[in-house]
Amino acid sequence: MSLLSKIVIPLFVVFVIFYGLKKKVMIYDTFLEGAKEGLVTVFNIFPSIIAMVFAINIFLDSHLIETLLGVLEPVFLKVGLPLNILPMALVRPISGTASLAVLNDIFANFGPDSYAGRLASTLQGCTDTTIYVLALYFGSVKIKKTRYALSTGLFADFIGILASLAIVSFFF
Amino acid sequence: MINVLWSGFILIGILFTLLCGDLNALNHTILTSAKSGFDMIVDLVPILVLWSGIMKISEKSGLLDKIARFFLPVLRKLFPSLKKDSKALGYISSNIAANALGLGSAATPFGLKAMEEMQKENKNKEVASDAMITFLVLNTSGVTIIPTTVIALRMMYQSHNPEEIIVPAILATICSSVAGLILDYIRRKKK
Repeated sequence: MSLLSKIVIPLFVVFVIFYGLKKKVMIYDTFLEGAKEGLVTVFNIFPSIIAMVFAINIFLDSHLIETLLGVLEPVFLKVGLPLNILPMALVRPISGTASLAVLNDIFANFGPDSYAGRLASTLQGCTDTTIYVLALYFGSVKIKKTRYALSTGLFADFIGILASLAIVSFFF
Repeated sequence: MINVLWSGFILIGILFTLLCGDLNALNHTILTSAKSGFDMIVDLVPILVLWSGIMKISEKSGLLDKIARFFLPVLRKLFPSLKKDSKALGYISSNIAANALGLGSAATPFGLKAMEEMQKENKNKEVASDAMITFLVLNTSGVTIIPTTVIALRMMYQSHNPEEIIVPAILATICSSVAGLILDYIRRKKK
C-alpha cells in the first residue's frame, strides 16, 4: 500500500511528459506557462492564508478548547466516550498542523495501537481541515457568499467522527 | 460565512484570553502569526508552481480530458450543473485521485484549478455555485484511501501494524462523504 503511494507521483510525472511528447506539445514552454499561472494562484491565496492563520492561531492560543474540554469531560465519561479524542475532533476542522500535534500527543501518551491511538488515526484519515480548506478555496476565487457549504462540510465531519467511533470499536 | 468565522475566531480568542489567559502569549501570537502564515505559503509555493506547470502539460496534451472522461459517468451525476466539456471535471478528478492516495500537497493545486474553472462558469462571481459546494463537501469529507501522514506517524511511534487503520479509515470516509453528499443534494434541491 505504501509502495503504491510512493510510486504514483513519479509514474504520473513520467506519464504526463510521455503523453505530452507523443501529442507533440511544446512541453517546456507549456510547463513555464503553467508555472507562471501557479504563481498567480499563490498571489491570490496569499492574503486568505495570512488572514486565516492569524485568526486560527489566536483562537487556538486562547485555550478555549481546553476549557471546553474541562466542561465536556463529565458528559463524555457518562456516555463512555474516550475523552482524549475530543481535542482532536475540535481542532481537526480548523488546523491540520494542530490536529497532527494532537495525534502526536495521543501516540506519545497512549501508543499508536491503543484504542485512542487507533481512533485518532482513523479520524485524522477520514476528516479534513474543513474550515481552513473552505476559506482557502473560496478565497482563491473571491467568493463572498458560501451558502450552505460550511454546515454541510461540518455535518460530514461529524458523521465521520460517529462512524470512526463505531467502526474502530467494531474492528479492534 | 468567512466574515463571521474570521471575526468570531479573533474576537472570541482575544476576549477569552483577556478573561483568563496568558496575555504575553496573545501578544506573541498576534506578532508572529503573520510569519507562520508566510511560512505555510513558502512551503506551498514550490509545490504549487511545479504542479501547475506539470498540469498545464497534461491539459494541453489532452490527458486531463482523458482522465475526466474516465470518471465522467460518476462526476456528471455529482456535478449536473457543470458544462459537459468543462475543464473543471478533469481537475476535480485529479484532485480527488491525489487526495485519495494521501498526496494532500499535490491535491491542493488541482483543487484550486478546479475552483478557478468552476468560477468561470459561475453566473454570480461572489456567490458559491452548486458545483463548488459539492466539490468542497466531497473534498473536505476527506476521500482518503491511503492516509500517508498518519501511517508515517504510526511507524515513528513503533506501531505493530501501522497500516491496520487503512480499512477503518476508508469505511469512515465513505460514511462521511456519502452523508455530506446526501445533505448537499437535499439542500441543492430545496432552493
